[in-house]
Amino acid sequence: MTEILSVSKLNKKFGGVTVANDIDFTLHAGTMHCLIGPNGAGKSTFFRLILGEHAPDSGTILFRGADITRLRSFERIRRGISVKFQVPGIFKALSVRQNLDVAFQHHLHGHNLSSTVKRVVEFTNLEAEVETPAGALSHGQQQWLEIGMAVGVEPTLLLLDEPTAGMSPDETRKTGEMLHDLNQRGITILAVEHDMAFVEQIATQVTVLHFGRIFAEGTIAEIIDHPGVQDIYLGGSDE
Amino acid sequence: MDRPDTPHTDEPLVAETQIERRSALAIWISRLEGPQTMGRGPVFWATAALVVLAAILYPLFSDPFAVGNSAYFMVWTFMAMGLGVVWGYTGALSFGQTAFFGLAGYAYGVLTINFGAAYGFTWIALMISVALGGLFAMLIGYFMFYGRIKGVFVGIVTLSVTLVLETFMAQTAGPQWRIGEARLNGFNGMSGMPPLTIPWPGGDVLLYPGVGLYYVLLAMVVLCYLGLRMLLNAPFGNVLVAIRENPERAEMLGYDTRAYQMLSFALGGALAGLSGALYTAWGQYITPSSMGLTAAALPIVWVAVGGRRDITATLLGTLAVLFAFQLLTVYGSQYALIVMGALLLFTVLLTPEGLIATAMRWLGRLVGRAKR
Ligand SMILES: Nc1ncnc2c1ncn2[C@@H]1O[C@H](COP(=O)(O)OP(=O)(O)OP(=O)(O)O)[C@@H](O)[C@H]1O
Ligand SMILES: [Mg+2]
Repeated sequence: MTEILSVSKLNKKFGGVTVANDIDFTLHAGTMHCLIGPNGAGKSTFFRLILGEHAPDSGTILFRGADITRLRSFERIRRGISVKFQVPGIFKALSVRQNLDVAFQHHLHGHNLSSTVKRVVEFTNLEAEVETPAGALSHGQQQWLEIGMAVGVEPTLLLLDEPTAGMSPDETRKTGEMLHDLNQRGITILAVEHDMAFVEQIATQVTVLHFGRIFAEGTIAEIIDHPGVQDIYLGGSDE
Repeated sequence: MDRPDTPHTDEPLVAETQIERRSALAIWISRLEGPQTMGRGPVFWATAALVVLAAILYPLFSDPFAVGNSAYFMVWTFMAMGLGVVWGYTGALSFGQTAFFGLAGYAYGVLTINFGAAYGFTWIALMISVALGGLFAMLIGYFMFYGRIKGVFVGIVTLSVTLVLETFMAQTAGPQWRIGEARLNGFNGMSGMPPLTIPWPGGDVLLYPGVGLYYVLLAMVVLCYLGLRMLLNAPFGNVLVAIRENPERAEMLGYDTRAYQMLSFALGGALAGLSGALYTAWGQYITPSSMGLTAAALPIVWVAVGGRRDITATLLGTLAVLFAFQLLTVYGSQYALIVMGALLLFTVLLTPEGLIATAMRWLGRLVGRAKR
């Protein structure tokens, strides 16, 4: 399998706190990979390092074989990385349509833009809300809108930070179907998730992060049986 | 969420490339209306046409002094619309548009005093001055946005720039401060440059404040306004608004946000420069105080009172406030300034969107209801 993302010896400290500790991580093309770990484990920070919002203290990040460690965020995005943040990163004052327009317009124009917006609106179940300001959508819909903004650019790699946070069970199920569908279309997905049932539903591969370190890695079955992982989640965080 | 699940097809999410059938011109014209500007449909454009018609007929029913005075109001609208782009659309509150105004104003003077007005050179001088204003703004914008200066610090930096320029120009009284033929003249400012001049067989037309200049400026205001509408509704404008709403997200959609901010700032600077050069050409003088604190604060009042997030509101608001300001200066300019301050406070507290913008939204709703 081809490696789409490979991170080696990635380190990052905030003040005295180590949030990325010698992370070595590989993501294979076509996988649906989940990143789990207790609160404050450094999952979101890991995303922000991949995206270039934080600069690592040391280490390298390769995307499709090219070193992107020093690139600015927008340049990484243009190479085919897309992201949905933990806190919905939508343009609240703009309508759903405008959000999608802005998201896609540097790849698409005119008719191609409007028909892609239409398809993404259908895909994310937002047909009735096209002209609604994004800030007025329900929390779940905001998450979907952001997923829509992330996928309409045909990314190679989709980063999702807690895509189901705050969603009802029904919305969560639909999101799972959506992600499965996207994965079938050939998009590699790396998702941070807390909901273990959801992880079981979607993930082919799971990585556990703890205190900024990779604690365990494997298939979902291996991770569930891993005694240390149960300790982290059940026994608090006194390592 | 009790909506039926959408049947997911295997259709790709991104539409396959199709050849665009409309011409570039048709696309740009369609952008006269769009999400970033208020006003659309026949009622809006008919009203706009009537307003322009009234402006065209106005000199026939008025005396030349009043017409020249109206031309003076129009001189300022470019700087105001530029600030609207920078502040209202891109979200960077610049307190120093007067720096670019002053630079271009002095540049027009220096160029025309040295090279005269023959062969339509005043228009070339005007264009060079505008370009200088834009380039200077681009330079300042580069250092600010690539240096990650944000929020209130943009205001502080830009205010400092304009005050430094004012202070510098104020100490150029000595005879050594000259550029070619042009004496900078310190605090008293520069004067004696020619007005805009249209080359004409049998004698150039000099555009002193009056009917001719009024029509030239009216045409420029209309063109600039329509051009900005198209630009703001184009992908470029959408990105500016996205940056205003959430710069981090805009960057994470693959936009070079700092470059966009810098370009927006350069555009604002060029428009301020246009006002500056036109101001110098209008009155044939320019002084350092055009870059001072009071001068720097006024554009913010015009734009805020009209409405900074809509170019139409900015334009109308600026004209209205300038007119009111002049009525008030009859009672003394200190008094007028105090009223301006009160007006700003009133707007910020009661209609943060701006008086004209709020009124337009209101009108739009009424018209919409009447149609139903
Ligand atoms: N910009 C920052 N400056 C300083 N410390 C930070 C910053 N961002 C995150 N941290 C700290 O880094 C640690 C990891 O945070 P991070 O948000 O990556 O955790 P997480 O695994 O995503 O947690 P959660 O599950 O709560 O989202 C936390 O202790 C957090 O307080
Ligand atoms: Mg997190």
